[in-house]
Amino acid sequence: MNDAFGRPQTALVVGGGSDLALAVLDRLDVTLVRVGLAARSADALASAVADRFTAEVRTFHFDAADPTEHATMVDEAAEWLGDIDLAIVAHGDLGQPFSLETTPEEVARLISVNHAGAAAACQAVARCLAAQGHGTLVAFSSVAAMRPRLGNLPYASAKAGFDAFALGLDHALAGTGARVMVVRPGFVHTKMTAGLAPQPLATDAAAVADAVVDGLVKGKSVVWAPAPLALTPALRILPKALWRRLSER
Amino acid sequence: MTRRLLSGWGGTAAVISDVREPITVAEVGAALAEPDRGVIGRGLGRSYGDAAQRAGGVVVSTLGLRSPVTVDTDSATVTAGAGWSLRELIDELVPLGWFFPVVPGTADVTLGGAIAADVHGKNHHRSGSLGSHVRSLDLITADGRLHRLDPQGASGRAFWATVGGMGLTGVITEATVALRPVAGDRLAVTTRRHGDIDAVMTALVEADAAHEYTVAWLDLADPARGGRGVIDAADHLDQAAPVRATGSTRATVPPLPVNVVQPPVTRVFNEIWWRRAPLRPRTTAGSFARFFHPLDAVASWGRLYGPTGFTQWQMAVPVDAADAVRTCAERLANGTVPPSLVVLKRFGAADAAPLSFPQPGWTLAVDLAANDPATATLLDALDDVVVGAGGRIYLTKDARLRPDLLAAMYPRIDEWRAERDRLDPGRRMASDLSLRLGLV
Repeated sequence: MNDAFGRPQTALVVGGGSDLALAVLDRLDVTLVRVGLAARSADALASAVADRFTAEVRTFHFDAADPTEHATMVDEAAEWLGDIDLAIVAHGDLGQPFSLETTPEEVARLISVNHAGAAAACQAVARCLAAQGHGTLVAFSSVAAMRPRLGNLPYASAKAGFDAFALGLDHALAGTGARVMVVRPGFVHTKMTAGLAPQPLATDAAAVADAVVDGLVKGKSVVWAPAPLALTPALRILPKALWRRLSER
Repeated sequence: MTRRLLSGWGGTAAVISDVREPITVAEVGAALAEPDRGVIGRGLGRSYGDAAQRAGGVVVSTLGLRSPVTVDTDSATVTAGAGWSLRELIDELVPLGWFFPVVPGTADVTLGGAIAADVHGKNHHRSGSLGSHVRSLDLITADGRLHRLDPQGASGRAFWATVGGMGLTGVITEATVALRPVAGDRLAVTTRRHGDIDAVMTALVEADAAHEYTVAWLDLADPARGGRGVIDAADHLDQAAPVRATGSTRATVPPLPVNVVQPPVTRVFNEIWWRRAPLRPRTTAGSFARFFHPLDAVASWGRLYGPTGFTQWQMAVPVDAADAVRTCAERLANGTVPPSLVVLKRFGAADAAPLSFPQPGWTLAVDLAANDPATATLLDALDDVVVGAGGRIYLTKDARLRPDLLAAMYPRIDEWRAERDRLDPGRRMASDLSLRLGLV
């Protein structure tokens, strides 16, 4: 069960290798008893996180590109966890920097993984949370969903669709005891962004985790990390020429 | 059957449950027979945390269990359905010259809930908790059978597992409770200021020797104030007087979008409370309502904490652990969020219930907004102080205790579990509290 401060006893992470999700689990380890990590290479992940948590950890196979398996995976994880107090959908694939050279197949793959795969995983989790009458789903969107830049176009446009889906899913869960919290981090120094030039207001996984834990306590529906990024939607009203110049840097 | 979003009085960790509203014993039995995610009774929802809810399971409202209130003057007892509130009972009893033996800080609790929580009042140092005044109770177990339980004899174990058993042995439908005779509804109340926590603690020991009811309020809103406090001590007045009994609510707090119990508000509130107490001790005639249930005058006052709600942390430590009380008070006063309501009291003898909270010594209760991770961390650290001192946390108030501390706090828990499992071998009775703490 979640406690009065929104701290869970069980958690399921979809995209279990995510640096952000693992940093959130670090913060919540004090109350966590069982943690399920779902990832494509479950065995590699199991050894990577060995001894990181005091909670008992089990890994599950999850392929974002194959939504036919998502419901089975969530049921299997829920069976072992007891209830899913907290679910984190955190998998993401930034892909190579986008240009006109990028193949159509690669665009389709990135959108499928980041949007379709993530939304399907959220749907599988949401049905489980609604049935158990409680629980929180943390959906990792991105500040890129608000205003895509050229270099991350397929990822950002997929996140925009995913963000809209997650917000709507919270609406669908109203009255079930379960809820969705959408997290929109900015540029975070993680293995996904290694080698990329940092954007303004760059942050690290630990700071994002603090913002997520604070959001769980306060029952927020949207968390920006860092908080000043909440002003990002204002960028939508910038003139096209100015935005293009800013976003190419 | 209706699906309802439920939470405790603190307004935290809301969940959806199927709520049944039985009136007869057979209907209670039917409600207990179905669930695959557990079932728990619920009265007026005054437990602060998650004791009277079951996510995705069944909640049996006991408010319809209102078999008639009958007073037996020969044995000085009252028998009533478990769904009556203590407010209703007191209003009936006082004009007849009787008072309830133990009243908690609110009168808006049901008789059944009060027994399941084994509530205590400001007279615990003399009268103990409610369980020691219950002469018999009727319990429906998960198999639908009705049992009459007595404190002594063959059903004694089941009786004491049910007292303080947090509803996990079954649903209480009716109880017989011993009464205290009173002349009227007036009390002689002495109010006295004390400059720091040591003075409060010393004076509380003296007050307990002289008065039937005692309680201390501490100001922890500012560490510079040193834990100053006000002690209220009271005794029933022998003179008969027009009966006003429990009074009624004067205001209601609407749902608020934000927490208004911010540190500056708490500091001002505490300053007012301090200044309201007379410079020199004064004894006045007070009403039951004002002394026993001052907060009941404002309905839904918990909403002042906004949508994230609040939690009450109440601990008890042995007599010789006064240092643990000081340590906790000091750390709370130095925390990021100063506690608003802080109550200090001394407990007398414990009763025979394995899961009962009160033990001889000190009890400290604080209300804290549940909106800051730092508060959660602070309370976790204070739990360790309490366990180190041989103390425990009150499950009726709890919404956040770490399960690994439970066995140290309640050393007789296995004895309770064994009797509970005998009464409910299928483990159908379950609450969010019991799952969170691994009680069952």
